[in-house]
Amino acid sequence: MRYLAATTAREAAEALAAEAGVTRVLAGGTDVLVQMKAGLVEPDLVVDIKKIPGIATITPEAGGFRIGAAVANAVLGEHEGVRALWPGVVEGANLIGSTQVQGRCTMAGNLCNASPAGDAAPGLVAANAVARIAGPEGERDCPVADIPAGPGKTTLKKGEVITSILLPARPARASDAYLRFIPRTEMDIAVASAAVSLELDADGTVKAARVVLGAVAPTVVVAEDAGRTLVGTKLDEATLAKMAKACEAVCKPIDDKRGTVAFRTKTAGTLAKRAALIAYARAGGAK
Amino acid sequence: MSLDEYRKREFKQVGQRVRRPDGVDKVTGRAMYGADATAPGMLVGRILRSPHAHARIRGIDTSAAEALKGVKAVLTGADLPAQEDDFIRDVQDNCMARDKALYDGHAVAAVAAVDAATARAALKLIKVDYEVLPHVTDVDVAIKPGAPVVQKGRSLENVPAGMSENVTSHCEFGHGDPAAGFARADHVVERHFRTAATHQGYIEPHAALASVTSDGKAELWCCTQGQFFVRTLCAAIMGMEASQLRVTASEIGGGFGGKTTVFIEPVALALSRKAGRPVKIVMTRDEVFRATGPTVHTSTDVKIGMTKDGRITAAEAHLRYSGGAFPCGTVDMGAQAAFAAYDLEHVRTYGWNVLTNRPKEAAYRAPGAPQSIYAVESVVDELCQHFGLDPIDVRLKNAARKGTKSSYGPTFPDIGLIATLEAAKKHPHYSAPLQPGQGRGISCGFWFNFGGNSCVSLNINTDGTVGVTEGNPDIGGSRASISLMAAEELGIEYDRVRTIVADTSSLGYNDVTDGSRVTFAVGLATIKAAREAVRVMCGRAAKIWGIDAEAVEWKDGAAVPAGPNAGKFPPMSLAEIAAVSFETGGPIAGHHEVNVDGAGVSFGVHIVDVEVDKETGQTTVLRYTVFQDAGKAVHPSYVEGQMQGGAVQGIGWALNEEYIYGADGRLQNPGFLDYRVPVASDLPMIDTVILEIPNPGHPYGVRGVGETGIVPPLAAISNAVSRSAGIRLSELPMSPPRVLKALGG
Repeated sequence: MRYLAATTAREAAEALAAEAGVTRVLAGGTDVLVQMKAGLVEPDLVVDIKKIPGIATITPEAGGFRIGAAVANAVLGEHEGVRALWPGVVEGANLIGSTQVQGRCTMAGNLCNASPAGDAAPGLVAANAVARIAGPEGERDCPVADIPAGPGKTTLKKGEVITSILLPARPARASDAYLRFIPRTEMDIAVASAAVSLELDADGTVKAARVVLGAVAPTVVVAEDAGRTLVGTKLDEATLAKMAKACEAVCKPIDDKRGTVAFRTKTAGTLAKRAALIAYARAGGAK
Repeated sequence: MSLDEYRKREFKQVGQRVRRPDGVDKVTGRAMYGADATAPGMLVGRILRSPHAHARIRGIDTSAAEALKGVKAVLTGADLPAQEDDFIRDVQDNCMARDKALYDGHAVAAVAAVDAATARAALKLIKVDYEVLPHVTDVDVAIKPGAPVVQKGRSLENVPAGMSENVTSHCEFGHGDPAAGFARADHVVERHFRTAATHQGYIEPHAALASVTSDGKAELWCCTQGQFFVRTLCAAIMGMEASQLRVTASEIGGGFGGKTTVFIEPVALALSRKAGRPVKIVMTRDEVFRATGPTVHTSTDVKIGMTKDGRITAAEAHLRYSGGAFPCGTVDMGAQAAFAAYDLEHVRTYGWNVLTNRPKEAAYRAPGAPQSIYAVESVVDELCQHFGLDPIDVRLKNAARKGTKSSYGPTFPDIGLIATLEAAKKHPHYSAPLQPGQGRGISCGFWFNFGGNSCVSLNINTDGTVGVTEGNPDIGGSRASISLMAAEELGIEYDRVRTIVADTSSLGYNDVTDGSRVTFAVGLATIKAAREAVRVMCGRAAKIWGIDAEAVEWKDGAAVPAGPNAGKFPPMSLAEIAAVSFETGGPIAGHHEVNVDGAGVSFGVHIVDVEVDKETGQTTVLRYTVFQDAGKAVHPSYVEGQMQGGAVQGIGWALNEEYIYGADGRLQNPGFLDYRVPVASDLPMIDTVILEIPNPGHPYGVRGVGETGIVPPLAAISNAVSRSAGIRLSELPMSPPRVLKALGG
């Protein structure tokens, strides 16, 4: 196994592109190192991206924030600006692993690990976040929603590395929330999850809504109908019930050791309801 | 039975919350656990495990692994001797499969190599020719005729005809005529229950370092609850004499019963003998889950009849336990314990052990009792609900007491059940108001406790300090408790005594640390060894004073003349006698060896408040109180720790912990991510109330406390869930998907 600490994104991309064998990108290492220790993967090349200048910084950009790919989620969680603008994204990122893991793990890493249950993905997709990707041929931008391709799979091409994620600006009276279901209270992986991002009118009517579900399909699912259901309402009970049904309709989960199809489907709707109410309150909607 | 040991006394040391002797080493990382042992020239041992639940091993080709540079030995079942004795053969075959792989994770070969990477590479070069066989992992399927047979020819003669050959044994306990009793009941409830296999979940994985020399001697360092039993098993498997094999137990990071046998120790020894170098094996967590002892998984029917005023008229239980791929006697203990808390005229329990393609069961805290008592206490609670009776009042009305002929035969001496129930009833927790949607459950629990072979040496050092040498790894505070009892008996301060756990060449045989036996039995041996040392010290004082030894007695840590006729001499303290011991006859020591009888049974009552989230099926434990009879709490903090630890493990068992097998017969969750023990944030503070009803079988009244605490949580939580959510579940764990389904979600 070769280890390369790249000092530029291009160096990382070129090394990954040139390697014929199994490669892994190392940021926090909270997935890669665990998988290596368990014998699930034996990489021929590990490229550490933490030495790339600027990759571990959070920078204001166009009213939003650009989050470097190596920003640890604990650092993200202490950033007041990001927390104020996208609290749901931050709370999702901060649910990953333990306190110790938080000191290492990153949102970009969570996205690239491509677990359907990843806690960072639903919030980022609900936020319409955009990933900046370095490749052997240069840089490109890609909506986060288009990165996951299936369990353990992304749409990134050989040699491509996510270098940052842009959380966009948003109007006043807008907020988001993320909830996941785990049988414990921490140190676990989502059995079902939901992120809801809302924009409200001055009178508290929902103007725009995006509902995204996790762990109920091979990738995160944007529940378009569920989002539409909320628009023009103030989240009355009938609306929420209808929204939960719309969430259930897009769930295609599996039966496994973590939960049944029926449980995941029902719970995704329940979580979306609860997350919507939290996002609504955060956005200044009176309830 | 020694039921006249107890003498009422005022304690000076026993009962104090003294500083624990292992604390500094553990918090500074200096404690030597199993994996910390090293030896010059040490090799890394690794084990190849079956990916199949059930497969005939047609052949194993190890030639490529042997040819790999850095590989020093390769081992298969063919390298180990044929064993006559069933018990030893089962242990050996579990450590290394012989003809068949009997479960996913069963060891089939092992290598010793110069480093871990070489050992891993060598395992990949071993070619095992498997003939995959039909498998069965569920007890209710395995018991039926026509089920795949795990092992042929293992059924005892008492197994009724017409059952699968997987049924290895049958047992029956009880008295009276249940049919007549049921006829007198106002209401009879009969229910079916199932409990999942759970793992002991100790944090420290198994680890062993073995060194076999060319002259046939061997050293073994390992993490175990019983170095002497490890020696017995390994000597039999290796064909060695006990004197030639010295086993040293490491500091232990949890055992809970699961480290009372061997898994990797004989493999490390055999590899070391073959390689001619020391070999260390450390299990991964995956190996711990797949190949070491979980509990039995069970299927139970319980039938109880009750009059409308709450008197139980008859009770019956049918228990089907599976201890995995080998015969297992745990169902006998489950059958004996099931109704132990009740004073019953008509009671009967029947048990069957059934083979399945799962790992060999290892003991886990009160083995067999949590499962059967969960079923019994659930049905008792349902009857209380039916008649609208208070669950503690009903248990008090039917409680076993002194003179009760127990459901498993013996007549109880002084026991603490009624006192424990009364303490629970008058505790503020029991009458605290509940919010809507919350529910409160209670359950009784019971464990027999054990005494057993114990051997202790106690040395009086010339500076007036004392060393106690005992032979049981300390998994729950036994070193502190033994030091406290030695100090009490000698009349000195606790910090003048140091207790160490000796290797197998330094002391006579000690039974395994199990059955909640050590503080009771080794404590008894320590007290008697101290009395022997006191006798010697009185003799030395007599010699100095020139009077008869009988004219000297021991009082407050000093020898004094027994009465005015003995003469007038100032007291001689232990330190003063010790300082001149070389001039009065040499070193002073006390020793005691005994097979201790008279372990007092221990009862507990748990109260728990829960709230079920009816939209997700998640159960939150809000408040928890444990009441348990400790006989005498030698070190109350450790006793409370045992009560809390048992409750927490029981909470995990009730709510989330389970072995999950796929249709392919492979374990789906061999890790702490998906085998969900509770984490700290899942739990409220576990409050404890220690009752002290002296055990007549111990000089200080001590009863074992380690096991009873895991018994009541299963039913207590199920009963609380029933009162919170209006649903009675009959299968553990009560995981959110299962609860939501029961709620109709």
